[in-house]
Amino acid sequence: MNAESLSSSKTLTRYKLKWIEPVIFCVPVAAYFLFPERLALGTSIIVLGLFALSCDLIIGFAGVVTLGQAMYFGIGAYSAALIAKYVWTEAISGAIMSAAIAAVVSAMLGPFLLRLTKLPLLMVTLGVSVLVYEAANKAVWLTGGADGLSEYQLSPLFGYFRWSIFGHTKYLYVLSWLAIVYYLVRRIVSSPFGVTLQGIRENPDRMLLIGCPTLSRLVVAYTIAGAIAGLAGAVSAQTDAFVGLGSLGIDTTLDGLVVTILGGIGTVYGPLIGAPVYVLVKNFAQQWDPYYWMPAIGALLVVVVRTGRAGLVELLDEGINAIKCAIRRRR
Amino acid sequence: MSIVVFVLIYGVSYGLILCLLSIGLVVTLGLMRVVNLAHGAFAALGGYVAVSLGTKLALPFPLAVMIAVILVSVFGLLLERLFFVQLYRSTELNQVLQTIGLTYIAIGIFALTFGPNVFPVKLPSYMLGSIKLGEVDLEAYRLVVASASLVIITALWIVFDQTNFGARLRAAVDNPSMAEATGINVRYLFSVTFALSAALAAFGGAIGSSMFPLEPFYPFRYIVLVMMVVVLSGRGNIKAATVVSVLIGISETGVRLLLPEIGSFLIYLVLIALVVWRPEGLFARNDAT
Repeated sequence: MNAESLSSSKTLTRYKLKWIEPVIFCVPVAAYFLFPERLALGTSIIVLGLFALSCDLIIGFAGVVTLGQAMYFGIGAYSAALIAKYVWTEAISGAIMSAAIAAVVSAMLGPFLLRLTKLPLLMVTLGVSVLVYEAANKAVWLTGGADGLSEYQLSPLFGYFRWSIFGHTKYLYVLSWLAIVYYLVRRIVSSPFGVTLQGIRENPDRMLLIGCPTLSRLVVAYTIAGAIAGLAGAVSAQTDAFVGLGSLGIDTTLDGLVVTILGGIGTVYGPLIGAPVYVLVKNFAQQWDPYYWMPAIGALLVVVVRTGRAGLVELLDEGINAIKCAIRRRR
Repeated sequence: MSIVVFVLIYGVSYGLILCLLSIGLVVTLGLMRVVNLAHGAFAALGGYVAVSLGTKLALPFPLAVMIAVILVSVFGLLLERLFFVQLYRSTELNQVLQTIGLTYIAIGIFALTFGPNVFPVKLPSYMLGSIKLGEVDLEAYRLVVASASLVIITALWIVFDQTNFGARLRAAVDNPSMAEATGINVRYLFSVTFALSAALAAFGGAIGSSMFPLEPFYPFRYIVLVMMVVVLSGRGNIKAATVVSVLIGISETGVRLLLPEIGSFLIYLVLIALVVWRPEGLFARNDAT
């Protein structure tokens, strides 16, 4: 196959910027000016979107069905809190360091976990994350146990921007991280390496037969996803000024998974659409009753998986295509 | 000496309930390949229905359990026809996601109908007493639960391994189209098996409600343990499932009693190591893989 025919194939067209991507990034910027009193909510949406990017990379692109991504989120969160508390208070290097720690852990676990497939993989990733949760629960001297870690402060960003209670700095800080990670993930999935991952997702035996070292490719992808999840955890710890056991829990894994699915798994921008939808549905339902959101999200999840594989992204695409067709017919 | 007996009795009764909770999933997941993360919701539903029948209508406990099991199995049958039927041919990820969605719905409904806290369970007075056996006191409840579970599990093993129904089911699982060609009604068989699996979970949830407290998040609380049992028992093997659950029960009780500091941590560590070591099941023969 020569280069020309490859570039027209479906996976590689992702190099082209879709119109929707700049639009997605305009929304949080507009929200910054429109809802200055809701920046805390916006910050949590962006953090969730960042975390969902990691789930999307490993589940949607590499096809590794893991239920343990919260482990790296939690490791990143606790690392960032501990760094801010005991080592140094600079935020950016703290976040990078935490992501690196999560990456090291995922690189060490990857070779063991990724040998498994299907149900055992699902169970062991879930089990390992429960194990880490239990360990964090018992290691009170390090993690504060059930009370979590708090009372740490960061020095002003670039020595100038203070972490005010209004959350302007926090919001823009996480948004910048999201933009950087989004760009990187986009480059990764459309690189030859990313195409390899998608090949492994579609048919691992075939990839092995054509000489692709599938395990090591998956370990690299798992490490990158771990680093992104760790980064998401780190910025969440830095902006919330609190880390609890919840960051390691199965709830966090499910949050990331549900966001990815709602938005559209296997597309880079899906998680960024899923995160605001998920958080807003949850918030609105919670205003009536603290438990209403679970049936709401559950039903939404079932409907999305039943109807379209690619979530809200595909629904959006179909809607736009329908409008385009209607316009064309008019002419 | 008495501590060994104590751990054995408590561990075995705990393990047998765990076995009841998981065995339905061992069958549906191991044989029919549906990763049903909502399985725990059937157990919770059984427990909730049985306990509320007992307290609201003042029915005797065994009758309440029986009615709950029947109701849940009918409900399971309906749900299989309406929901799970489409899941048989889906990918694992889709099964996981849809059953997680279903579990979310169940948790929400439990919280809204039965309250967000632990649901109080009242056992009949004849189960509260204890029986002196040698030098240890045994709760009557544990003995009743253990023997009831043992009876059910044995009956299930006979049905699956010794009867025509079991043989047809195994044939349907091994090769659905061939089984259909020989005149086996595969759809009907799967429906009945699914309802049976829901009924077993409901029974486990109902009679085990003092050991596994009922609360809205019940379906997620025990899913890790239940799934470990399923994975370790291999493809739909009832005997292996019983052995694995009882071993987990005994070791969990023992470790919690002797090393409470690291209790559940150690159990999970060992279980994960076992799954990594034998992903096809603890007692799977090598030639089967």
